[in-house]
Amino acid sequence: MAQVLLRVPSLARRGEVIEIRTLIQHPMETGFRPGADGTVQPRDIIRRFTCLYDNRPVFEAALHPAVAANPYLTFTIRADQSGVLAFTWEGDNGFRQTETRAITVT
Amino acid sequence: MSSPISPRSPIELPRRAALGGLLAVALLPAPARATPDGMAAAIARFTGGATPEPGGITLDIPPLVENGNAVPVTLAVESPMTEADHVRAIALFNERNPLPQVLEARLGPWSGAARIGARIRLATSQRLVAVAALSNGRFVMTEQQVVVTLAACIEG
Repeated sequence: MAQVLLRVPSLARRGEVIEIRTLIQHPMETGFRPGADGTVQPRDIIRRFTCLYDNRPVFEAALHPAVAANPYLTFTIRADQSGVLAFTWEGDNGFRQTETRAITVT
Repeated sequence: MSSPISPRSPIELPRRAALGGLLAVALLPAPARATPDGMAAAIARFTGGATPEPGGITLDIPPLVENGNAVPVTLAVESPMTEADHVRAIALFNERNPLPQVLEARLGPWSGAARIGARIRLATSQRLVAVAALSNGRFVMTEQQVVVTLAACIEG
């Protein structure tokens, strides 16, 4: 399991626009870079990141090799109800990881 | 300009060998590389052929980058983000990395604001273009020239 850093406010006022910051540990091997033995290293990147807010897609990003290692992404959502945010990273070699955070909206 | 070293100098041979080596490197097939044309094609795929209008989107990136391996970038569009008027997607493109695309993000009225941030790789000094797709079917773009002193190790 790759290590994940998530910054999600646990409390928000209804209608408040909150910023979410995500980071996941991943080499994001570009597929263009020669390794120590001189051969080009096969591509191994995260292709897709999604955020579901109570199973409703609220953010989606397609990543390419130009995204730095340990992809860091920030985005915003409007807090409209208490619920669960699910963050999923999917990539090459069957990589898939999901993390969830609860948010309370008052 | 004549060289102070005579053609029979023992230094000559290594120098020739070095020249040959340089030539061999120059003749190696060049790695795949995005070009301004490649970037234009990638932008056209994103917009479905429409030409984005300049302005209305901000691309925040340091103009002078010391390390191209992780460059912080922020993309933002001034938008009320209502059902009637919102940003559908934001994408970032580059001119001289091996591939023209960097990332594409899908947003909606539920985003509250059209603002995303990421860290990206830059192979060399180049021009970056950010394009946003608006809910009324229009596309807006902005561009930013970036100077990179230490490139991302894309070519090893």
